[in-house]
Amino acid sequence: MTSTAKRILQLISYFGLAISFVPALLVFQGMMSKDTYFQLLLLGMLLWFSTAILWIKPDNLGG
Amino acid sequence: MESTNTPTLIERLDALYEFDREPVKEGNLYGWGTFIAMFASEHIAGTEFVLGTLLVLHGVTAFDVFVGLALGNVLAVLSWAMMCAPIAVKERLTVYWQIRKIAGPYLTVLYSGLFALILCLLAGSMVNVSTTAVALTAGIPSPNFAAGETIPSLPWIMVAVGVGTVIAVLAVLGFERLTHFAKVVAPWMPFVFLAGAIASLPSLGVTNLSQFWEVANQKIWTGVAQEGQMQYGFWSCVGLAWLCNICQHMGMGDVTIFRYAKKWQMGFCSAFGMFLGHYMAWICSGILCAAFVHSEIAAGIRAPNPTPANIAMLGAGYAGIVCVVLAGWTTANPTLYRAGLAFQVATPNWRRWIVTLIAGVVMIITACIPAVLHYLDRIVAYYGLFFMPLGAFIFIDFWLFPRLGLVRNFAEREGLLVSWPAMVGWFGSFAICFALYAKDNYESFRWINDRLPVMLAKYQADLFSQVLPAWVIAVTLYTVCSILQQRFSSTAFSTETQQ
Repeated sequence: MTSTAKRILQLISYFGLAISFVPALLVFQGMMSKDTYFQLLLLGMLLWFSTAILWIKPDNLGG
Repeated sequence: MESTNTPTLIERLDALYEFDREPVKEGNLYGWGTFIAMFASEHIAGTEFVLGTLLVLHGVTAFDVFVGLALGNVLAVLSWAMMCAPIAVKERLTVYWQIRKIAGPYLTVLYSGLFALILCLLAGSMVNVSTTAVALTAGIPSPNFAAGETIPSLPWIMVAVGVGTVIAVLAVLGFERLTHFAKVVAPWMPFVFLAGAIASLPSLGVTNLSQFWEVANQKIWTGVAQEGQMQYGFWSCVGLAWLCNICQHMGMGDVTIFRYAKKWQMGFCSAFGMFLGHYMAWICSGILCAAFVHSEIAAGIRAPNPTPANIAMLGAGYAGIVCVVLAGWTTANPTLYRAGLAFQVATPNWRRWIVTLIAGVVMIITACIPAVLHYLDRIVAYYGLFFMPLGAFIFIDFWLFPRLGLVRNFAEREGLLVSWPAMVGWFGSFAICFALYAKDNYESFRWINDRLPVMLAKYQADLFSQVLPAWVIAVTLYTVCSILQQRFSSTAFSTETQQ
């Protein structure tokens, strides 16, 4: 994987994490409905898992 | 007890761990990032949904939770950094070989067998957590132990068997790829916990941060235990946070991990696991539990059932359900794999997959017992108190024995099959601490009070506050017995003289 491709994947992953959290703040402020928040959480989850698995490396510490 | 012919049981045990017999070499060491990621992923498990909830049900106050858990987690991090990691980077051996050197092979076999059983129990509790999520999606209610449902319904058991079978089969196939997947899941899970808690606060009446502390004390951590639950307080929170991983830090289990560390200071990486998993996640699951109970009571339900799935669904919808499934699954799998490895010690010539499947069956049976989740905090405390002493002996053997003029790794040097000082210290400390707790908490042990001196009879032990007494008693018994053992062994002193 090239470093540019990795960087793009990481950006999508971090965006997925952001929309897994920021909408909760908007619900707390009363600026977003809980249904919309639930849908955004699902979207964030899909974005994170579909991209992070490609750039997070495995390791093995035994145990 | 001198060994003349090495029994096959010991040979099998050694062969199983043969790969790890040599100290880790310089080129195989890892840096800070690896340990931060590993701790952050390993300590956010499905059981965090349970333990945070239990603290609410046991009636702790907000101060107990925020300050008590902080103190307990700081003590846990210090235990990893100051006790476990320094020995790990000096010896660079697994805990198995370190126990083997000081306690002898027979006690190590016993340790492995009992450890396998408790690992099955813990893996079962994780399967139980995941099952609540799958069952909720399928419209099957989870058993409410607090309301007297001690046996799950048949459909729920079938779901648990299904989830447990998947986990057992994956453990049989090997868990290297799953370890990678667990590492991917890890950064996402804390966000779901945090998001769920924040989004649930308005339902408890918190609409700005200045209201939080008042509502936290009135509606979340109220200081009043629910009916049928023991009252917990500040020291229970400190003790639970410190105790729940005591096998890994003061019990030295994580020397197996930290033997790969470049420096002992990497022991402080444990802070990422503790403060994300055992602080933030416990607080968030407490908030989710309170929000769920309030919403159920408002809906006219008399006995709310705050299962991991129910509280996650309320706070984070289907993403929360996925989080519960993955949190249980990714931690149950390596736990079961390790249980299979430990069980293999006592099963001559059996293939690894058969042993792991048998461990899987024990895990599935455990998953179908609702009491396991209900008493998870106490199970974790007993597990810590029971297995901690052998790690304490490693610490004393390493630091204190040379200063006292005692021979290190005496059992190995003398070829002993059992180190009796280790046996006395291990069982003695647990028996004393258990008796001091049981005399006031179990009806059948009340007679102990009549036979104790007044001072000890008045001592009311909290299970979670037994960490220090247990450690002190264990190392005192072990050291005193070791002095006696080595004083009466002329070989010990001749060996020492040769050094």
